[in-house]
Amino acid sequence: MKEKENHRIRVKMESKEFGDLLDDKNQNSDFHQDHHHKETFITKYIFSQDHKMIAKQYLLTGVLFMGFIGIAMSLLFRLQLAWPEESFAVYDIFLGKWAPEGVMDPNIYLALVTIHGTIMVFFVLTAGLSGTFSNLLIPLQIGARDMASGFLNMLSFWLFFLSSVIMLASLFVEAGPAAAGWTVYPPLSALPQAQSGSGLGMTLWLISMAVFVASSLLGSLNYIVTVINLRTKGMSLFRLPLTIWAFLVTAIIGVISFPVLLSAALLLIMDRSFGTSFFLSDIFVQGEVLHYQGGSPVLFEHLFWFLGHPEVYIVILPALGITSEIIATNSRKPIFGYRAMVASILAIAFLSTIVWAHHMFISGMNPFLGSVFTFTTLLIAIPSAVKAFNYIATLWKGNLQFNPGMLFSIGLVSTFITGGLTGIILGDSTLDINVHDTYFVVAHFHLVMGISALYGLFAGVYHWFPKLFKRMMNKNLGYIHFWITAISAYGVFFPMHFIGMAGLPRRYYTNTAFPYFDDLADINVIITVFALLAGFAQLIFLYNFIYSMFYGQKTVQNPWKSNTLEWTAPIKHIHGNWEGEIPHVFRWAYDYSKPGHKEDFVPQTVPIGDKEEITEH
Amino acid sequence: MIGLFTAAVILLMGIAIWQISKIYQLTQSNMGIKKENSQIATEKDNDLQGKLMFAFLVFIYVVTIYCFWNYTKVLLPDSASEHGVTYDRLMWISFAIILFAQTITQAVLHYFAYKYRGIKNRKAFFLTHDNNLELIWTIIPAIVFFCLIIYGMVTWSAIMNFDDQDEDALIIELYAQQWNWKARYAGQDNVLGDANVRFLNDFDGRNSVGIDSSDPNGWDDIVVTQEFHIPVNKKIIFKMRSQDVLHSAYMPHFRAQMNCVPGMITEFSFTPTKTTAEMRMNSDIAAKVERINKIRYDNSQKLLAKGEEALDPYQFDYLLLCAKICGTSHYNMQMKIIVDTEKDYDKWISSQPAFSSIMQ
Repeated sequence: MKEKENHRIRVKMESKEFGDLLDDKNQNSDFHQDHHHKETFITKYIFSQDHKMIAKQYLLTGVLFMGFIGIAMSLLFRLQLAWPEESFAVYDIFLGKWAPEGVMDPNIYLALVTIHGTIMVFFVLTAGLSGTFSNLLIPLQIGARDMASGFLNMLSFWLFFLSSVIMLASLFVEAGPAAAGWTVYPPLSALPQAQSGSGLGMTLWLISMAVFVASSLLGSLNYIVTVINLRTKGMSLFRLPLTIWAFLVTAIIGVISFPVLLSAALLLIMDRSFGTSFFLSDIFVQGEVLHYQGGSPVLFEHLFWFLGHPEVYIVILPALGITSEIIATNSRKPIFGYRAMVASILAIAFLSTIVWAHHMFISGMNPFLGSVFTFTTLLIAIPSAVKAFNYIATLWKGNLQFNPGMLFSIGLVSTFITGGLTGIILGDSTLDINVHDTYFVVAHFHLVMGISALYGLFAGVYHWFPKLFKRMMNKNLGYIHFWITAISAYGVFFPMHFIGMAGLPRRYYTNTAFPYFDDLADINVIITVFALLAGFAQLIFLYNFIYSMFYGQKTVQNPWKSNTLEWTAPIKHIHGNWEGEIPHVFRWAYDYSKPGHKEDFVPQTVPIGDKEEITEH
Repeated sequence: MIGLFTAAVILLMGIAIWQISKIYQLTQSNMGIKKENSQIATEKDNDLQGKLMFAFLVFIYVVTIYCFWNYTKVLLPDSASEHGVTYDRLMWISFAIILFAQTITQAVLHYFAYKYRGIKNRKAFFLTHDNNLELIWTIIPAIVFFCLIIYGMVTWSAIMNFDDQDEDALIIELYAQQWNWKARYAGQDNVLGDANVRFLNDFDGRNSVGIDSSDPNGWDDIVVTQEFHIPVNKKIIFKMRSQDVLHSAYMPHFRAQMNCVPGMITEFSFTPTKTTAEMRMNSDIAAKVERINKIRYDNSQKLLAKGEEALDPYQFDYLLLCAKICGTSHYNMQMKIIVDTEKDYDKWISSQPAFSSIMQ
């Protein structure tokens, strides 16, 4: 008992000292809050520097708009895969000259695959997911008036917007958009002679990505600085909600790895436009020997995957953070093993930067490297497994409230396990030999990062919609959305593993050139039907979202009875987030159903009672 | 037609769902639930959704069993190469572990979701952490992964670290270009002549893989297209080249794949263990061919009805495919592999013209 008493005093003292340090800043921000700007339409809705507005901007452009395009593209090429070379009216409408007589052209098939991947990975799941929730939640959950730099934040969004515009513009160039796969491996992406999409379309792709990287860096630096410097009094690192841990670590991985993509893109631009030979050597194309000598495409693969692999964690970590928060809140239980969760986020982040070459086992690199990267890759499965087990343990003996956000969070755990487990096969250099670049890979990464991250995204939207738009989304439509999506996601990707193990390579315009694959045609039809169903379910979400934005039920201040700080802020969005003083924090974010309290939640702003047992702080 | 049908089904389902949700909403408002909270899950919602979670567990199991039951037959047959046997064993071990972990974790996850569905006025059990549990579920996966890593590494080294100076091995170059394959045999001396894309235009473009005609090692080299033959039970060392973009030489029946990279030579080696004739007798393959021919027959009937040509009946052959995106006809970059008995192979290779015949 005595030890505990001492401990409590020490904690109080620590937080007091910490608070003193912050006092200056708080006064500053209080002053800031009193100082009223006269806002015009432009400063409020367009060039806004308010993190809540920027979050909404990311949500609308990154998630809803780009997401709609990315998913629609996948449906177009799924139609082609199920009914190859058949004529469809939708092709006529959307593809125009790329679909002579309504039949999809092989080049536009590759372009659709490429742009679908690019949009979903970068625009929806990186910018859309982090952009929306890091912006919304970092200041609100750590108790800050806004981001460290509102101006950089605004710049970050508008650079993202610019890169989206450039990417979409590339769809309309004469020779077609980039079509070398989202990984844009040279020489295919470097030589317009090798593929029509590698002309202006590819140039625009590279420019768009360069701008995107700039946007991502500005955003990430802002997130890091804000989390480190602007926490309210009492918000020690181990009192941060797991969402914030996830966003912080995601931003750090982004800062480490995105510049490498930029360098790869710049070198590729040099090879394409200025005659250098970083990635090219000994090439003969269209009857002509090109002058390039001494470069190596394998170098590009290294540079690309040095970003590319951390990128999948940049996508999945925020989703896992969101899930941690939502599962704890809706289980009315503390997240199980908070410190283990933090440790596993850090371990995943560290390991994620040393596993990239598992994408390159058979690229021609030294086989010894294959062994090294098999080792690090299977290591990363351990913290991932710990996370999954902790989610399950959180549900145990909870009092689960099945709000739509909770359903998607549990769905995430399910697909994260299913998709993650097949990683054991792909991460093993030996087994990778025969499933590399087949549909097995497509099924694996769609489940573990695509679907899982989308579930995290949806969970976040349902959960924080009241905070964003002051209204609630319709729960019944949410339930319908979840169940159709969940069924079709497994319906699409479960059978896909089998066509991969049957030896069918990915990115084939049609499988009819190989009679050997004829008996896979039926499976492809099943997959496409489920994909269409999944696409349809997203329309329900879109309808629910737009309808609720304007006509949804008005929310109460803390609809989910949550502990975190954002729910202590007024429903009305005000500049500076809280009227008066910023709330102080006295406990961690997960005191749900704590014995000795009447309610089943204890907000972080409630001081520790005199007789209260300190379990975690 | 099928597209229209699917669209109609989806549309009707949409309408049905919309109606159900309407009805559901109406019943909700009639029950007099307070308006300000009606978008937050009620005890009734928790009950239904919790039960649906359990139903979803059943769905996952059914889908898993359905897929294994119906689709195992489309998977690749037993390996036709020596190292492929170890590959297949490692694959099955990994799959057993995956299925075990998948079955258990999904069961626990969805069962807990069902079992602990929210009830009014019940308080959850306050439990923050348990270090012993954390330790257990860190160490168990760690041990399992450690074993897999060791097994995988040993197998990987055995496959990849072959002796590429082996005198007894047959050396074949696989040459990739947009969008076809060529194979070059090293000839009598079993040494490939030097080659580079800069020689491709020699001899009026008939030097199809760019052999350097000043290197005598290349004079007896043999270049073939469309199909290449290999003798059974002989170690083959493949040297891969590409003349334009990345390609990947994928020979799924032999559990073999290696990228072809312009500017460098990559390698892979395997020993085929079943001739094409033997593989055609394999019961899995025979069944597969029969299925495929039935599908092709049905499709042919449709084509004939439209006044088009019928499809050729299918006969099994080993395949070399391209697995790395390489442009327009990536989907149709193929070469037949024929595994012969040694005698048949010798007969075939001796009938192929050497590079020296082009040089004249």
